[in-house]
Amino acid sequence: MALSWTDFKTDVFIDWCPGCGNYGILTALQMTLAELGLEPHRVVLVSGIGCSGKLPHFVKAYGVHTLHGRVLPFAQGIKIANPSLEVIAIGGDGDGLGIGAGHFVNAGRRNVDITYLIHNNGVYGLTKGQASPTLKLNLKVKSIPKPNLNEGMNPIILAIAAGYTFVARAYAYDTKHLKEILKQAIRHKGLALVDILQPCPTYNDINTKEWYAGLDRIDPKTGKPMSRLYKLEEIDYDPTVHNPDEELDKKIAAIEKAKEWGDKIPIGIFYKNELVPAFHERIAKRMPFYLSSPPAKQIIHDSNNSPAIYIDEFLEELKMT
Amino acid sequence: MTELDFNWMAGGPQGSGVDAAANIFGRACAYGGLYVYGRREYHSNIKGLHSYFHLRVSTHEVLANVNDVDLLAAFDAETIVRHLGEVVPGGGIIVDKDQLNTNISAIPTLPLELKSTLRRYLESRGLSDRLGDLLEDAKKREINIFQVPYMDLLKQIATKLGIDKLSKIMRTINVLTLGISFGLIDYEIELVEKAIKAFFREKPKIIEMNILAMSLAYEYAKENFSEDFKFKIKSLPVREERILLSGNQAVAIGKVLGGCRFQTYYPITPAADESEYIESHEILKSKIPGENAGVVVLQTEDEISAINMASGAALTGVRASTSTSGPGFSLMVEGLSWAGNNEVPVVITYYQRGAPSTGLPTRHGQDDLRFAIHAGHGEFPRIVLASGDIRECFYDAIAAFNYAERFQLPVIHLIDKALANSFQTFPMFEIKDIKIQRGNILNEEDLRGIEYKRFAFTEGGISPRVFLGTKGGIHWYTGDEHNEFGHISEEADNRTKMMEKRMSKLETIDREISINEKINFFGNEDADNIVVSWGSPKGAIIEALNKLTSEGFNLSFLQVRMVHPIPIQHIKEILQKAERIIDVEMNYSGQLGGIIREKTGISMDFQILKYNGRPMTSTEVYNAIKLVLQGRAPKRQVLNYGS
Repeated sequence: MALSWTDFKTDVFIDWCPGCGNYGILTALQMTLAELGLEPHRVVLVSGIGCSGKLPHFVKAYGVHTLHGRVLPFAQGIKIANPSLEVIAIGGDGDGLGIGAGHFVNAGRRNVDITYLIHNNGVYGLTKGQASPTLKLNLKVKSIPKPNLNEGMNPIILAIAAGYTFVARAYAYDTKHLKEILKQAIRHKGLALVDILQPCPTYNDINTKEWYAGLDRIDPKTGKPMSRLYKLEEIDYDPTVHNPDEELDKKIAAIEKAKEWGDKIPIGIFYKNELVPAFHERIAKRMPFYLSSPPAKQIIHDSNNSPAIYIDEFLEELKMT
Repeated sequence: MTELDFNWMAGGPQGSGVDAAANIFGRACAYGGLYVYGRREYHSNIKGLHSYFHLRVSTHEVLANVNDVDLLAAFDAETIVRHLGEVVPGGGIIVDKDQLNTNISAIPTLPLELKSTLRRYLESRGLSDRLGDLLEDAKKREINIFQVPYMDLLKQIATKLGIDKLSKIMRTINVLTLGISFGLIDYEIELVEKAIKAFFREKPKIIEMNILAMSLAYEYAKENFSEDFKFKIKSLPVREERILLSGNQAVAIGKVLGGCRFQTYYPITPAADESEYIESHEILKSKIPGENAGVVVLQTEDEISAINMASGAALTGVRASTSTSGPGFSLMVEGLSWAGNNEVPVVITYYQRGAPSTGLPTRHGQDDLRFAIHAGHGEFPRIVLASGDIRECFYDAIAAFNYAERFQLPVIHLIDKALANSFQTFPMFEIKDIKIQRGNILNEEDLRGIEYKRFAFTEGGISPRVFLGTKGGIHWYTGDEHNEFGHISEEADNRTKMMEKRMSKLETIDREISINEKINFFGNEDADNIVVSWGSPKGAIIEALNKLTSEGFNLSFLQVRMVHPIPIQHIKEILQKAERIIDVEMNYSGQLGGIIREKTGISMDFQILKYNGRPMTSTEVYNAIKLVLQGRAPKRQVLNYGS
C-alpha cells in the first residue's frame, strides 16, 4: 500500500512559533519520505539542538535528537554501522556552521551517503535570536542589541570546498520545490547538503517571508511583487559533473552562483557529482562484505554465546613458542 | 636451578631503533622459555630525544620493573649519562668506543635542569667533562665497561654485504648492541636469530643484514669480553603456550573477540596504537559458516566526533567503542552525558597519562580516576573498570561490552600508559569460558502486537532495547529529559521517575555482577596490614607483597577493579578488620583512598604515591611498604624512581 505523508505524523504537539518556516520543511520532508516509499522503520532522522532539533519528534520514523553541533558525527556513525538505513541529518545554521563547523567540513572528506538539511534562518532562535554564522555583517535583526560584527558565511561555498557531492538550496515556504530537492538529495549517492532558507518570524525581521517574496519590490509593469528567489533549473545551468574533467569548472560555476544574494537569490541544485566514491564504496573496497555484513548486522556470538570469531591470526604473531 | 632475575636496558635517541632492539631482546628471551617484562619510555618527540626500554628477564613470572640495571646497552652518550646511576655493581655498560671523548656538557639533547645536576656531580667526584672519565669512575663501583668499536663492525658488515655507504647500515647499531648483549650473557644465538626474523617478518629484505650485524657483534663480545661478565642466561624448556604482548594489543584483541565491530579514534598518545592495531587486522575470521566478520575503524576529526559516532553506531546494535587519553576524554564529556541520558551501550577505553592539560603526553600517571567517575554534567549511571595488568586489559575489554549492553550504559575502561606500552609474557589466554552477554534485546518478532517504549519503566531500570531499523520498534532518543517513548518531557513526575529509573541501575549492578569481577584480593584475609590500590601498580605491589610475606610480614592486597560503582560494602568489610591501611596510587592526592573514605568513613592510614611520570617499580613499593610495616614511615611517602 502506498505511503501517505500522514503515515509519518506523530501525535507530539508541534511547538514551533506560528508562521515558522520549519512547518514547511516538516511537511515537505514527510511528503518526500512518503513519495519515495521509504518505510518509516528504515528511516532515521538525526538532529542537533535548537528549534530544528525537535523535528524528529514530529516524524514517525526513528528519531535521534542529539547534541548541539554534533548531528553529523551521530548521523555518520549510524549510517556507517548500518548502511541499509536511510539517514537524514537535520540542524540549524548555528548548529552546523558555528559549533559544529569542524564536523561540517570533515564530513565532506568522507562523503557518507546521507542527506543533511540545514534550517538556515540567520539566528539562534531557541536562545532568543542571537546572530548565527549566516547572518551578514552589519545586519541588525530585532533580537540583537547591536549590528552584527561578524561576516556571514555561505554554506553552499563551504560545502563545495569541503567536498560535499550534492549541494542545493531550497526555500521553506516553497514546499513543492523543497520536496523535489529533498527527493534528489536523498537519492543522491554520497553526502548531500540542502541549505533551506527558513524565515524566523519571531527574531529575524530582515530575511522575512515578505522580503523573500519581494513585497517591497513591486514590478511597475505588472504591479506585482518581484520575488527575490529564482530557480536554477529555470535558467541555463547544469550542476552535474558528467566526467572528472568537469569537476573544477562546475565547482567554480556553483561558487559564482552561490555568491548571488540580495535581489537575486538562486535556489535549486548548485552542484552534483556522483563520480566521487561514497564512503561505503571506499570501505567495501577494503572489506568486500561490508554492505552485506555491515557492523550492525554481524553475528558476534555462536549458539553457546561464545565469541563468533577466531583470533589465531592475532595470537600467531604474539606466540612465544 | 637458580632463580634468574636479569635487567637489561637499551637507550638511545628516538628513531634509532630502541624499540626494535627491546622487542627482539624480549622475544629472544621469551622464545627460550623465560619470562619478560618490558617498559618503554619515550619523549613527546619524533626523532632525537632520549628514549629507553627497561626489560626484566626471569625464570619466574615477572610483573613489574625493579630499580636495577644489570646491563646497559647504550646507543649514545646521553644514555650513559642518564642511566649510569641505575647500573648495579657487577653490572655492565656497552659503549661505542668512539664516544669516550664526548663532552657531556656538549650533549645537545640534555635538558638544562639535568646538565646542572650533572655538573655538580662531576665536580663532587673531581671528574672532567669527558664521558670516558665518567666511565672510568664507574669502574670503581665494579661496573664493567664494554667498549665496542661500532664503526669497525659496521665497516665489516658493509664489506660483507658489498654496501658502499656506511650511512645505509647506520640503523643496525641497535642490532649490534643486541649482539654484544647476547654475546655477553652467552645466550643461544639461534633464538636471537629467530626473534629478528619474527620482528622483521614484514621486511624480509633487511633480515639478512640484521642477522649478520647481530652475529658479528655476538662473536665480537664472545672473543673480547666473555669472561668479564657474571650474568649468563640459558633457555628453558617451555612447558606451556605463552604470548608476549602489550596492553594496547591486549585491549585490541579483547575488543574484537568481545564483538566490537566499530571503533573510532582521534590520534593521541598512548591510545592510538590500539586503534591502528585493530585496523591492521580489520578483517576477522568468523567461526560461523557463511558469516563474515570485520571491524570498521574510523579516524575522526576530533574526539567529540569519536564519541558521538560511536554512540550513533551503538544505537544500530553494533558493539562500538572509542579509545582516547585525558585530553581527548575531556572533549568527550558532553557526548558521555548524552550516552548516559540515552542509556547507550558505548565503551570508552581511557588510557591515562601524566596530566593536567597536555601534561606528560608520553609518560605514565593515574591522575584521572575521579575524572572518569564524575565526568559529564548531571547524574547518570556508568561503569568504570580499571585493569591492573595486561592480562586483565584483555578480559576487561570483553567485560566492558557485556556490561555496557546488559545494563545499557556507557562503560569506561580505565587503563594507563604503563599498561599500554609495556609488554609482558603470559600463559595463553583462556578463551573457552568467554561469553558474550548482550542483555535484553527485542527483534521484529518480539515487537509484534506491542506498543514499544524505549525507556519503559521497569524493575531494575533496564528497558528492553531495540536497534534502529527494526520493524515495529520506532522510538526516539533525545538529550532532553524524555518520557518512556523518548520524546521530550519536562513533566515533574516523569523527571523524578526517569532519574530513578536510570540511577537504579547502579543497584542492579551491585546485585547482578559478582564481587569476583569487581575486586581482587591477594594474601591472608586476616592480615593486619592491607594495601589498597587500583590499576597498574598491581604488579609491583604483588611482587612486594610476596617478598614481604616471605620475610614474615603480615600483609594483604585489595585491588579494586570496578572503581565505579565501587563495591563499597564489601570493601568496608575487608578494611574494617585492618589495623593499617596503605593506599598505593600513581597520583598526587590518593584518589581511590579519598573515594573509599567518602563512602565508608574509613581513612587510609598511609599513602604511597608517585606522580613523576614513571611507573612504580617493585623495589620502591617494597621499600616503602616495609617502612610502614616497621613503623618508620611518614603518613605520606612520595616515590621518585625513574629517569
